Amino acid sequence: MKKRYLFMLLIIVAMILSACGDSTSKSNNKDNGGGEKTLVFGRGADSIQLDPSKVTDGESIYVTNQIYDTLVRYVEENTEVKPALATEWNVTDDGLVWTFQLRDDVKFHDGTDFTAEDVVYNFERWTTSAEFTYYGYMFGASEDDMGGIIEKVEATGDYEVQITLSEPNAPFLQTLAMPPFGIASPDAIEEHGDNYFKNPVGTGPFVFKEWVPDDSITLTKNEDYFGEVAKIDKVIFRVIPDNGARFMELQAGTIDIMEGLNPQDIATAEGDDALQIIRRPSMNVSYMAMNMDKGGPMSDKLVRQAINMAINKDELIALYEGVGKEAKNPIPPSLWGFNDDIEPYAYDVEKAKALLAEAGYADGFDITLHTFSNPRPYMPQPKLAAQAIAEMLKEVNINVEITESDWDTHLATVENGEHDMAFLGWTGDNGDPDNFLYVLLDKDNATVGSAGNIAFYKSDEVHDILKAAQVEMDQDKRTELYLKVQEIIHEDAPWVPIAHTTPPLAAKSSVVDFVPHPTGSEPFNLLDIKK
Amino acid sequence: MLKYITSRLLMLIPVLIGVSILAFSLIHLVPGDPARSILGEKATAAQLEALRNELGLNDPYVVQYGRFLGHILQGDLGKSIQSKESIGVELIQKLPATIELAIFAMVIAIVIGVLAGVIAAVKQYSWFDNISMTVSLFGVSLPIFWLGLMMIWIFSVTFNILPPSGRLTTGVELNTITNFYLLDSILTGNWVALKDAFLHLLMPGIALATIPMAIIARMTRSSMLEVMRQDYIRTANAKGLRKTIIIFQHALKNASLPVLTVVGLQFGLLLGGAVLTESIFSWPGVGRYVYLAVLGRDYPVVQSTILVIAAIFVFVNLITDILYKYLDPRIKYE
Amino acid sequence: MSIEPIPNVEVEQGKVKSTKSRSLGMEALFRLLRSKTSIVGLIIILILMITALFAPLIATHDPTVQSIPNRYQAPSSEHILGTDELGRDIFSRIVFGTRISIQIGLIAVGISMVVGVFLGAVAGYFGKWVDQIVMRFIDIMMAFPSILLAIALVAVLGPNLRNAMIAVGIVGVPQFARIVRSAVLSVKETEFIEAARAIGGKHGRILFGHVLPNSMAPIIVQATLGIGTAILDAAGLSFLGLGAQPPTPEWGAMLSDGRAAIQHAPWVVAFPGLAIFLFVLGFNLFGDGLRDALDPKLKE
Repeated sequence: MKKRYLFMLLIIVAMILSACGDSTSKSNNKDNGGGEKTLVFGRGADSIQLDPSKVTDGESIYVTNQIYDTLVRYVEENTEVKPALATEWNVTDDGLVWTFQLRDDVKFHDGTDFTAEDVVYNFERWTTSAEFTYYGYMFGASEDDMGGIIEKVEATGDYEVQITLSEPNAPFLQTLAMPPFGIASPDAIEEHGDNYFKNPVGTGPFVFKEWVPDDSITLTKNEDYFGEVAKIDKVIFRVIPDNGARFMELQAGTIDIMEGLNPQDIATAEGDDALQIIRRPSMNVSYMAMNMDKGGPMSDKLVRQAINMAINKDELIALYEGVGKEAKNPIPPSLWGFNDDIEPYAYDVEKAKALLAEAGYADGFDITLHTFSNPRPYMPQPKLAAQAIAEMLKEVNINVEITESDWDTHLATVENGEHDMAFLGWTGDNGDPDNFLYVLLDKDNATVGSAGNIAFYKSDEVHDILKAAQVEMDQDKRTELYLKVQEIIHEDAPWVPIAHTTPPLAAKSSVVDFVPHPTGSEPFNLLDIKK
Repeated sequence: MLKYITSRLLMLIPVLIGVSILAFSLIHLVPGDPARSILGEKATAAQLEALRNELGLNDPYVVQYGRFLGHILQGDLGKSIQSKESIGVELIQKLPATIELAIFAMVIAIVIGVLAGVIAAVKQYSWFDNISMTVSLFGVSLPIFWLGLMMIWIFSVTFNILPPSGRLTTGVELNTITNFYLLDSILTGNWVALKDAFLHLLMPGIALATIPMAIIARMTRSSMLEVMRQDYIRTANAKGLRKTIIIFQHALKNASLPVLTVVGLQFGLLLGGAVLTESIFSWPGVGRYVYLAVLGRDYPVVQSTILVIAAIFVFVNLITDILYKYLDPRIKYE
Repeated sequence: MSIEPIPNVEVEQGKVKSTKSRSLGMEALFRLLRSKTSIVGLIIILILMITALFAPLIATHDPTVQSIPNRYQAPSSEHILGTDELGRDIFSRIVFGTRISIQIGLIAVGISMVVGVFLGAVAGYFGKWVDQIVMRFIDIMMAFPSILLAIALVAVLGPNLRNAMIAVGIVGVPQFARIVRSAVLSVKETEFIEAARAIGGKHGRILFGHVLPNSMAPIIVQATLGIGTAILDAAGLSFLGLGAQPPTPEWGAMLSDGRAAIQHAPWVVAFPGLAIFLFVLGFNLFGDGLRDALDPKLKE
């Protein structure tokens, strides 16, 4: 009996020892296997559906962006567009009728040919249900009018499509380049029905191979891609929920690249020769909204300005550990129309106190600040930022009570306007200022229950300018309008703009030509793995 | 015996219905909205309303509960409203991960716990007795999420000898049959995967084993002490039987009955209680699955999965009770 | 592992035969003080109580004052346990956290005890259908995975320390109810209770005046051990972000907040965890000794 236990113990010890000996070699085996190049991408959550038209989460769109093409795609660095499925396009002078010439040499992954009819099919599909979130959101669909501003989509030739709008829409082309408007194979949609979301078929640089829920998604390269054929053979998206654990996997070499790095781990990665940090260009904003709808101190402009002055942004940004730059406007500086002439409210406790006294709050007041528990790309450490701000506002006698909740609860709370102050942020969809300013600060979006404008800032002046900018097709004129809007917003101070982040990715040094796109989604056909 | 089992089974029905009502009420009371959770912050009010209608969330609660219960009675656990996947299919993936971890932890706990308990009882009041019983109190006093993090820091960060997360290293191929990775790798003769899966089990397994190990050790000790005072053990001693035979063949056999109850109860607790361990080690198990479903307001997943966990828990307890009665000749069942 | 009540028990150890409760209490105290482990437990608890009481004197810094440029400092003579993610002194936060932990332990166990004792006593004393209903309800709660029950309760009530205490308290109810029920069942049939009934005593008076006082021993033991469990559960909830709100220096929340920096500043995670461990250990050691002392049958 004793011997048997001893034997078991020996086996266990042997297994552990052999594991120690192996830990260095296991990372390399996949790169060498028959010369096949595999990229393992580590991320925090699984995709929800691989049908991009029905999802809004970054994790789904990140994968589908490899599988599908849109009519036009963003260029590598910013949100200008370049030809993709469409080779050229023109629009009538009234901005209502868009005509696209399509490629005639494209096949879907299931072997069927891509034609103008397929484009029409996809657009029609997007108007059949409220599930097609992005379509409704970008084109203003409602239950009575599922098409929104798109009146009709027709095939005017085998490879020519005409889209008629009911009103001019300045960012229309940029919007079409968004990954949710990837063109799917009608045959596959018909074939798989309700299960299409796990059997995606597009025309993109990678072909869907396998999905193990909450574990991994595997894609292989599309040898017949009409654009640049991928240099790597296989991509595996692996889910590792905890940021710290994911980084350890990268250090151990079991994944090649990861997103969602804890800011605290950046220094570690930079000190490691085998690793590199890749920073995604910023197209986001994080902010603290002050609810103007509840009466009380927050509806007083002087108080809002005072709070802006009482916050030491340098220290606050230090908590971002180098992944953020201070914000002064609601839109990031990388966007056209950014008003660089705005002087941010300088940190000045005395002046803040004076303003509060002028507003009748010399003795301060009690207030709530709502924040969320899970880090988001625009706000890597919401809980710390909340505590830092609470401590800063104590200096001007404002007593902040923090409420931290999970993301869904937080969204419900702030949309219902239950907060005094709340953190939130936004990542741009199509690189148009309208996609920040109208969504986040127009009175149209200040409806309790579904608010995007959680400051409940209802300026008629801002509304009129934003509406005018939406239908203006001349970009110079639009720029003028947006510059003006930012001035008004700065003066009214519905927010404390906090930061624009450059969300970091960490990768092995062997990963080259990985160019992160500001929208948060880049195709993998250009990157390579050095041997 | 059959009558006893039948009556016990019948008693489970109201309990499970109660669990389903409790789960249903709790998750529906959580503020927030599945429609918003699915569509994200970029959906319009009209889209939200349309989706709520589509999901039947605007129906009265009684109707919604009735629908849920109706599906359960037909053996249909429903579909996740987040992933659209059938919950049954998802549980086939997640349950084995949790059960494998729980069994692994239980094996550690039983082997070490029983051994320590027996030695402590045989050498009562010795230094081993004192130390092992004190250490077992350490075991029930440790926050296991902290233990998990510390193990990761020591074995993954500092020495890099154990994998910090998941069930298998990416790139290690394994054809799954049962989704129990140790079993699958043995069945397919895949020794690379066997070793890899074993190493992934070690840290979460040990973290999860600490509490049951401590409880089993103490239980074994006290029931061994009781048995060893019995006449038949004294007789065996007097007859001059070898001490190891007395201890293992006679005493332990009888002392194992109360230990069995503890094992059953603890195993049941591990199934639903691994939320923290699973989230620290990124273990794709059922605890994490429900926890995320609560956060995502995935009503069907929360309701059905809690019901399944509760059912497993009560069945495991029932089986231990039956075994107990079966093994112990002194207890009669009617 | 149910704990039996002890009235009229014959005490073997020390060869004292006693039937009076006062001398029995003395006997128990004597046994308690003889056990080294319970003394250690008592010492730990006393140290924690003193720490909580004199926290402002013991702490070297203000537990909530931040110094962002000094975040993640390793332990030094200035900050003996280092600083956390906002540059706060970890030692001082742990010292003040003692107050919170004691509060959690007492309130959560208080809730479990009041509700559990009531349900258990009523079920045990009245029996029949009352017992059936109460015990089925307890079965339902036992079958519901406890951590998930706590998570769901906090999600419903809203995440903060008060609600976490309520959730942990509710989760602990079945334990008390079962223990009290079995204690009441065995006391109920004793002669003096039957005598009380025979002379026409009211149910409430008999139950709360006679039966419960004679079932106190297991309740006290469970309460002591329950404090440890309550602290662990509450820390687990805080770890998931469902407990104390910032900047409360609750140990589980401190540990959770430091988690992102485990490679960079492991002390932020290590020390709050050790504090939880010590606290829980103290109550477990003491409770264990208490059980042995109050129920000599369980210990050899």
